Amino acid sequence: MSEGKTGLPGVPPADLPKDLIDLDGLSERQITTVLDTAMAFREVSEREIKKVPTLRGKLAVLLFHENSTRTRLSFEIAAKRLSADTLAISASGSSMSKGETLLDTAKNILAMRPDALVVRHSASGVPKFLGDRLPCPVLNAGDGAHAHPTQALLDLLTLRIHKGRIRDLDVAVVGDIAHSRVARSDMVGLRKMGAKVRVAGPPSMLVPGLEEEYGVKVYDRIEPAVEGADAVIMLRVQLERQKGSLFPSSREYARVYGMNLERLKLLAPDGVILHPGPVNQGVEMTPEVFESGRSLILRQVTNGVAVRMALLYLMVESPEGPPPEPRQSR
Amino acid sequence: MPSHILLKDGEIHDRATDMRGPGEILATDGVISKIGPPGSVVPPGDGSENLTVLSLKGLLIFPGFIDMHVHLRTPGQEHKEDPETGLSAALAGGITSVLAMPNTIPPVDNACVVESLVHKGEKLRKARLLVSCALTRNREGRELNEYDEMREAGAVAATDDGSWVRDSSVMRMAIDYAHTCGLAALSHPEDTSLSGKGVVNEGRISARLGLAGIPREAEEIAIYRDISLSGLSGKPLHLCHLSTAEGVALVERAKNAGIPVTAETAPHYLFLTEAEVAGYDTNAKMNPPLRTPRDVLALREGIRKGTIDVIASDHAPHGVLDKEREFADASFGIIGLETIAALSFELFRELGLPLDLLSEVLHANPARVLKRPVGLAPGNPADITVIDPEKEWTYRVAEGRSKSRNSPFDGRTFTGKAVMTIVDGEVREDSR
Ligand SMILES: [Zn+2]
Repeated sequence: MSEGKTGLPGVPPADLPKDLIDLDGLSERQITTVLDTAMAFREVSEREIKKVPTLRGKLAVLLFHENSTRTRLSFEIAAKRLSADTLAISASGSSMSKGETLLDTAKNILAMRPDALVVRHSASGVPKFLGDRLPCPVLNAGDGAHAHPTQALLDLLTLRIHKGRIRDLDVAVVGDIAHSRVARSDMVGLRKMGAKVRVAGPPSMLVPGLEEEYGVKVYDRIEPAVEGADAVIMLRVQLERQKGSLFPSSREYARVYGMNLERLKLLAPDGVILHPGPVNQGVEMTPEVFESGRSLILRQVTNGVAVRMALLYLMVESPEGPPPEPRQSR
Repeated sequence: MPSHILLKDGEIHDRATDMRGPGEILATDGVISKIGPPGSVVPPGDGSENLTVLSLKGLLIFPGFIDMHVHLRTPGQEHKEDPETGLSAALAGGITSVLAMPNTIPPVDNACVVESLVHKGEKLRKARLLVSCALTRNREGRELNEYDEMREAGAVAATDDGSWVRDSSVMRMAIDYAHTCGLAALSHPEDTSLSGKGVVNEGRISARLGLAGIPREAEEIAIYRDISLSGLSGKPLHLCHLSTAEGVALVERAKNAGIPVTAETAPHYLFLTEAEVAGYDTNAKMNPPLRTPRDVLALREGIRKGTIDVIASDHAPHGVLDKEREFADASFGIIGLETIAALSFELFRELGLPLDLLSEVLHANPARVLKRPVGLAPGNPADITVIDPEKEWTYRVAEGRSKSRNSPFDGRTFTGKAVMTIVDGEVREDSR
């Protein structure tokens, strides 16, 4: 990539690694740069003409081996607002479902000469596999139970906007910590940015060693985890994946681990609720919580586009192309 | 006219014949005829013999190394390996005999397949091919195979390797009946109801990488059950590829209690940990999985104390497409025939272990388990491995003789190499 791309007033060069596989690979400074850049792009999204020419003529391939309309659309909008061309390949309707190997997929993508590859895959490690074999930047849009770095970045951005800072915030992550790529990336990102993190879930959804590995506090009940919290990230329960083996039923889950108005009172007075979406209404939280002013879930969606614009902007090589001009009011 | 081969000026390490130091060996027509201190072995001197004298100055002479855990993939998956490439890789690595695992497609579970493999091995005249057959029909863990007929066809061991025999009464009968028929019974200790869909050791790394874990208890539970059954029948049972500290402890306890079990581990469990998996390297994916530094230490201690009887490679060749893919879907296993001797030698040097113990773990113990001739004693086949302890070399998997390339040891530099492999008194490999 072009070295130290910036051009944004007050934003230092990012020097991001070629691929974004997880937040492990980024420093606090790099994450801050991504968030600063995303702030600038948020303003683009508020304009009447929501488009900048930065990546005109560039091709972003979106490889979605797993259904995820939200994340795919978010990346697609981000790429389009930067004027890049996009090509979405989904599992159904491509040769991926017809026994094409991952190696073939890599070769086929290579032949398309993309300028960026966004990949969502059900198997952990696939973005790394493709990143090691392709010259273009690879952005992990979620792989197996491994990582979902753009989700974590948009969570960080949302917290920064609504809390003014991330450092020293008390943040709780509730749900299936063991099998959630969102939880893993959130823990890494939040700790890197100096937040205090507590996690809670049934023992079957926790793994041993979380304390040492991520520097988080672990609870097997929701109440102590969310007490006094500045923010609570409620993870999506994978109803289809669980079938009674990790938890008896979604009804029981809602009773023991769900967020309701009663539990909402345990948070700090201005504590907020985040969720990667889509919410299983009545399971992770009651509709009243979702609709309450404390829920930032819909704003996360907006911030997701800004974060992904920032990443594409910072990671895709573009010799010219003016950066957005923040605060240029029309 | 008899043909002789005389090995002189070398240093012999063979605990079985109590040879530890300079010595000479004479083999006549493929069989060891004399062994003794320097100058004591004189070939019959009528001058008419066909005599080859090999001076092995500075080299170490061992009884032929036996790798008793090798997947030759034949019949059925010859694109991964076949007897010719596998046995040739063995020779290159200093291995004189390999025990081929029967989890082929179809499995080796009848006398015809056993016979054809034995025949192939003899025809090739490379490393000696020892054949194991499946413990149960179609490796399904339900009905015993016809061990006696397969032993007669040439099989020396029976195992459902790749799968554990879950049904305890079937396993009990299998241990008993294999012994009756003169076959060694081998177990692949893994409680699959617990290991499930796991692909790496359950712990920090599995959590970090978002990969399904295999708890160490999957091995421990199986080892405990297997030991109990060996105790119950009083018949020997060999436990393959131990990877856990607790597994070693269980075996130690069993041996102290007089239960006739033997245990094996592989070089990768003695050198590598789960940390190798970081970056989703599928050459670090094996079953059982690489564990933790604590396990590596316990296994090494097991070798030192003799709790672990055998080092075997678990040579498991796989094609590029089996390995270069999603980690969760990649095949388990690595190749090892060309590195097992060098890694074992390196381990012994690193730990300062006596070299006659190396002759036990790579020769005598596997020979005892498989009821093969033990040591360089007169009358035994002249199978000999010669090591140059000072030779520096780098293992390049691309230049290897196996058909497959899946090794985590590619590029590793060694001091010490098997430079000569003698089978049936024939020098079949010589890279001195
Ligand atoms: Zn096995």
